[in-house]
Amino acid sequence: MNHWIIAPVVLPALLAPIIAFVMRHDISLARVASAAGTVALAAIALGLAVLAADGGVQVYNLGNWPAPFGIVLVLDRLSAMMVLLTAVLALLVLWHAIATGWDNRGRHFHALFQFQLMGICGAFLTGDAFNLFVFFEVLLIASYGLMIHSGGKVRLQAGLQYVVMNLAGSTLFLFALGTLYATTGTLNIGDLAVKVQAMDPGETALIRVAAILLLVVFAIKAALFPVHFWLPATYANAPAPVAALFAIMTKVGAYAILRIHTTVFGPGTGATEGLVSTWLYPAAIVTIALGAFGVLGARRLSSLLAFSVVGSMGTLMVAVAAFTPEATTAALYYLVHSTFAAAALFLVADLVLTRRGSDFLRAEAPTVQNGLFAALFFGGAIAMAGMPPLSGFLGKLLVMDTLRDPDTIALTWTAILAGSLLTIVGFARAGSVLFWKSTAQTDTPAPDTAEAVTEVAGPQPVGVAEAAPSIMALAILGGLAVFAGPMTRYAEGAAAELFDASAYIEAVLAEPEIPPLDEPSADGDTDAAHDAGEEH
Amino acid sequence: MEILVASSVGTLTAAGVYLILRLRAFPVILGLALLSYAVNLFLFSTGRLAIDAAPILNPYGEASYTDPLPQALVLTAIVISFGMTAVLVMFALGAYLEAGDDSIDVESPDPAEKESGA
Repeated sequence: MNHWIIAPVVLPALLAPIIAFVMRHDISLARVASAAGTVALAAIALGLAVLAADGGVQVYNLGNWPAPFGIVLVLDRLSAMMVLLTAVLALLVLWHAIATGWDNRGRHFHALFQFQLMGICGAFLTGDAFNLFVFFEVLLIASYGLMIHSGGKVRLQAGLQYVVMNLAGSTLFLFALGTLYATTGTLNIGDLAVKVQAMDPGETALIRVAAILLLVVFAIKAALFPVHFWLPATYANAPAPVAALFAIMTKVGAYAILRIHTTVFGPGTGATEGLVSTWLYPAAIVTIALGAFGVLGARRLSSLLAFSVVGSMGTLMVAVAAFTPEATTAALYYLVHSTFAAAALFLVADLVLTRRGSDFLRAEAPTVQNGLFAALFFGGAIAMAGMPPLSGFLGKLLVMDTLRDPDTIALTWTAILAGSLLTIVGFARAGSVLFWKSTAQTDTPAPDTAEAVTEVAGPQPVGVAEAAPSIMALAILGGLAVFAGPMTRYAEGAAAELFDASAYIEAVLAEPEIPPLDEPSADGDTDAAHDAGEEH
Repeated sequence: MEILVASSVGTLTAAGVYLILRLRAFPVILGLALLSYAVNLFLFSTGRLAIDAAPILNPYGEASYTDPLPQALVLTAIVISFGMTAVLVMFALGAYLEAGDDSIDVESPDPAEKESGA
């Protein structure tokens, strides 16, 4: 048993209380500890990804209890990739927060940040559905705190609706888990896959209800159409670095759908055949449209970015909804891309907005370094809209290339292409208002030449340290495009592992058998399904 | 007993959903509390309803048993929902004191947007 598998959960879990209790009055000490912890997390995640890339599913039994009875953590290519993605994103976001001083505008930023990482990594690694719920709660409660970091009226109101929405979602999650347990008698994902496969096709009503309830819960996290409405208000009003970190939160929902609805209710499962994609596909298409129209209609920069996140989730879920290994490969590539694209945009927007009066999309006098910000913003916009030099183009190309089902190809391609076009128009309009029209603004006294940047007393030019995380996020997007080959091969491996659940199930359930109980009690009624108790 | 448990889960859920849809801080907090009671009862019944049985599996005797796992799940769920309710109350209080209004609005009214008219 490889103990490094639990390190991404334990490290932030230990670090967060230390930061909260010991370093609460010393921001520089907290910064050092938090940065060191995140660097260590990234190193561990990289190690785990290398470990997982060798193939084979690795299982960590908590408390050394064997699989269906104890909680397991499972490391395969998919979870290793997600943990690495989280760690790299966290590194960029943390750097930005420290360099711009966001972490010092409220209390306990670093402690909450580490708890957030613990929840996210745990959700990616766990192999148990109830444990997934617990890690969801951990990451949510940390995100509530981060969401209202540094306070303010609008932010608190947006935070309140975010909390209420997610609490309702958590309750729904519990209802889904209860239904699942009542029908199968287990909550271990590997064991669930076995039990659902073996289900009597005549008695699948309850398990279908459970599958759809779970889909709704994860769709709330992933901000899919009927339950997306919390996202724009939340992301647009969260502190910018937090919004950038939240780029991974929607992906937690996408990951959970991939994991549960592929491993447990995947293709070839008699009980739920075709059920999930029937609902997921139209929702994803509508989500793309909503995101595109939102981008076009947004009057504030931050809500424009929030709607572009909604649109990218739509594209991602269209690929997921196909439930084929090829489409999932494309989805995974696009998932990594859209995480960094959203983060880059929110980070750049933060640099811009702290130097402008408001985040409304209207012409204002240019601030310092207009050219640099314009370049960074359009870099992010090109990635998000999916235009050639950066990875967004390849991501969307891969997604469209794999979705060639003749029945749906017209709708899918139209949605993705038209959505991209509207996103391009929206971003181009916003960017030209923000950066180009502003240079034509004449309300500043004695405008000199065009390139003479008006040195207003307020805005400070951005330093290398502050701009570095945004530039690095864009560089990662470029890197994703250059190294699309290796990246796609890794994603292919992950998708293959996901769709061939037998390796996963074997690895989870193959631990030493416990001594068989001689004769199960012969009461033979409904309790018989529940002989196997699980430890939680 | 099944009827009793099922109807209490149903009633609690219906009342909870109704209160949440009021979109004012206090009813929503109460509604979420009712919903969490409903889900706790529901989880409890997922191990099937058994009376006068110990939560111990005894393979050697004929005694029936009650499934211990849902009880552990309920315990976890109670602890989490209790903590979350406390957080929610603090959030609602903070938002109310800052805004002077206890409505839970999805589209946060933005005063700057009104005055700019942009």
